[in-house]
Amino acid sequence: MPSFVITEKCDGCKAQDKTACQYICPHDLMALDREKMKAYNQEPEQCWECYNCVKICPQQAVEVRGYADYIPLGGSVLPMRGTDSVMWTIKFRNGTLKRFKFPIRTTAEGSIDLYKGKSGDPDYSKLKQSGFFNYEAKKG
Amino acid sequence: MEKETCTFSYCARPEIVEHETDLLLIGGGMSACGAAFEAAVWANPKKLRITMVDKAATDRSGAVAMGLSAINTYMGGNKIEDYVKYVRNDLMGIIREDLVFDLGRHVDNSVHLFEEWGLPVWKKGDDGFSLDGFQAKDAGKPMLKDCKDDAEREKNVVRSGKWQIMINGESYKVIVAEAAKKALQMNREATGVKENHFERVFITRLLVDANKPNTIAGAIGFSTRENKVYIFKAKAMLLGPGGCVNVFRPRSIGEGMGRTWFPVWNSGSGYAMGAEVGAELTLMENRFVPARFKDGYGPVGAWFLFFKAKATDSNGDDYCTNKEYVDDAKKKYGKYVDVMGTTIRNHLMMEAMIRGKGPILMNTHTAMQAIGQTFKEKLGEKEGAKKLKHLEAEAWEDFLDMTIGQAGMWAANNIEPDKTPSEIIPSEPYLLGSHAGCAGFWVSGPGDIPNTPKEWAWGYNRMSTVNGLFMAGDTCGASGHKFSSGSHAEGRIVGKSALAYILDNPDFKPAIKEKKDDLMAEMYLPYEIYEKYKTYTTSPNNVSVNPHFIKPDMFQKRLMKIADEYFGGVSTWFKTSKSMLEEGLKRLQLLKEDANKLAASNLHELLRCWENYHRLLTAEAHARHILFREETRYPGYYYRSDKDFIDDDNWKCFTNSKYDAATGKWEFKKVPYVQLFP
Repeated sequence: MPSFVITEKCDGCKAQDKTACQYICPHDLMALDREKMKAYNQEPEQCWECYNCVKICPQQAVEVRGYADYIPLGGSVLPMRGTDSVMWTIKFRNGTLKRFKFPIRTTAEGSIDLYKGKSGDPDYSKLKQSGFFNYEAKKG
Repeated sequence: MEKETCTFSYCARPEIVEHETDLLLIGGGMSACGAAFEAAVWANPKKLRITMVDKAATDRSGAVAMGLSAINTYMGGNKIEDYVKYVRNDLMGIIREDLVFDLGRHVDNSVHLFEEWGLPVWKKGDDGFSLDGFQAKDAGKPMLKDCKDDAEREKNVVRSGKWQIMINGESYKVIVAEAAKKALQMNREATGVKENHFERVFITRLLVDANKPNTIAGAIGFSTRENKVYIFKAKAMLLGPGGCVNVFRPRSIGEGMGRTWFPVWNSGSGYAMGAEVGAELTLMENRFVPARFKDGYGPVGAWFLFFKAKATDSNGDDYCTNKEYVDDAKKKYGKYVDVMGTTIRNHLMMEAMIRGKGPILMNTHTAMQAIGQTFKEKLGEKEGAKKLKHLEAEAWEDFLDMTIGQAGMWAANNIEPDKTPSEIIPSEPYLLGSHAGCAGFWVSGPGDIPNTPKEWAWGYNRMSTVNGLFMAGDTCGASGHKFSSGSHAEGRIVGKSALAYILDNPDFKPAIKEKKDDLMAEMYLPYEIYEKYKTYTTSPNNVSVNPHFIKPDMFQKRLMKIADEYFGGVSTWFKTSKSMLEEGLKRLQLLKEDANKLAASNLHELLRCWENYHRLLTAEAHARHILFREETRYPGYYYRSDKDFIDDDNWKCFTNSKYDAATGKWEFKKVPYVQLFP
């Protein structure tokens, strides 16, 4: 289900130093046509349809069209990712619509307090033993 | 044929960036994120430097990039010994039980942290029905870390199987990455290093020390964004680039080639680069052939375990209880059939398929209807219908969290799971060590598990046979079923033990023997070749018919064809034999020579050239291991048709190999299996 970019909506992320889709694609698929200032998927047969480009696009210019070699036309799956949940709209080939909303995070982005209550040096005498700095390994 | 070299006569010379560090993390997936988090605690007071190199953006890199709907390894109230037994059974009797037990005793802490950091975890409501992460919070359900003991945790989690718990995992990796990035930031602050997190840098090769034999000293890679080559020097290293995908020709060969079950970007780089510096591999004959929803490869675990759906052949019969198939399997594979692990279930499914009893159907509709009936009986018409609606959402979320394309597949085919069954099929083979497979490197264990053979622990937990080179997740062999949480925990184990190694060797100064110019020339050779010959034919770049070079996509297709036809891919129903393997290896050797003619017109293609070279070495290791093991240890995953039986007398052992990159020769040996737990 390769991603594609809608010409009219894409602005090449011109306000930023790099395009969002290029930044996020785990497989280095999204490229920017610098003349047109439009992004595109340069290798659709390598697309895992992870939807990270769709979710991150500030213009909602990226969507996904089912893999042409086995998916009939007419359906679509589109996310709207917020800060704490994601909304999905699924359109069937026969027009049936389904909408779902799922939690994605219970804390604010960037709020992780990494070593909460564990300041100071770890116990180096335990470096070669089982367990983590904050956890004793289970016995059985 | 003349060997090509790069003298930068045709392509531009890249800028060199040299970076020295103490612990280098190659990869940015669950293992590397775990390593960064744990290692920073031990490294910061000692001012030891940690560096992460990721070929993608860490927020969405690795196998969890899309998200997950479950955490598959959580002990909770279970016994670790039972986990070892389960992993042993599923991997046909041969695992490193010290490694698996060690993972089991650590993994829960990573899960507790994920929840604390913000990952929504399902909880059981007071009425026995499941609550999503938000509902659980609203209902005042405790976080796992706050439960008084494992019995209370077990009561609260929603199990989809004995070891699995359900989550709302769309942002799983984003959350884990945030913690890792913060750990790296704190390490920068502690050490004064300006930059220690390199995204979009692809490591092509590891480098051993110039003075100390068999010791890791660094790695070289390039930016996929600008004309820059990176040389990293490090005292210790975690090799964590994941497993290997699309080394076999996949079932979908058009656009759908990307819709692999495991992430398509897993290019076997860990296996290849570790092998090239002489790290010992183990069980590389192992592979995983997941039976999944056809084409979309959506997960079936929740359907089998959580919704209690049954898979049947086209007659409606359960192929796993068919007497004819089971009796025949027992003759060949003996007691292993009784356990009915993943391999055997695959085997029995294919027995039905080859008899013309396909398609195999997952009966989602009857499962949903049965659950709906129970709900109505228990809760009445109105409340029962409401719960069923929630259940339907849960079924869709299972796909939307981790295999979105499967939802698209259902939508485009007008499939509603409560009305229509869906076809399942064994996919193409994958190589991995973290999921239901155990390919990877031979590593040192923790050493404190009773009855462990002495030679299984050479001082540093998860260190390979190369000093300072550590493995976790997919690269750590003979110990599958770690999944996401276990890979994170294993990365943390490495974070600690690699720091111990560094502190024990304070005088070690890594030195690289190769000349920088030579390393750079080797890496950029595909660029040079393309620039040198691109005008020789009229073929445009996107076609590239040129007798002087091969583009990475065609190189991959040639590799996939060899692997598929000779090493037991889908086109032979996973069957191969000594003579077929030997023939395939001849063809693979020619492809290996042609790797010297790989051509790249841009940095993206340069990335693909090196990824596919890594795939080739991984495929070679896989084929040679299948050739060495003269039995069919993993029926349903592959068959040695000339040795179609399990032979415990001769082959209940680890198969270890060592590659010599200078000569291209492989050495093999058997290593005895030792059972540590009943």
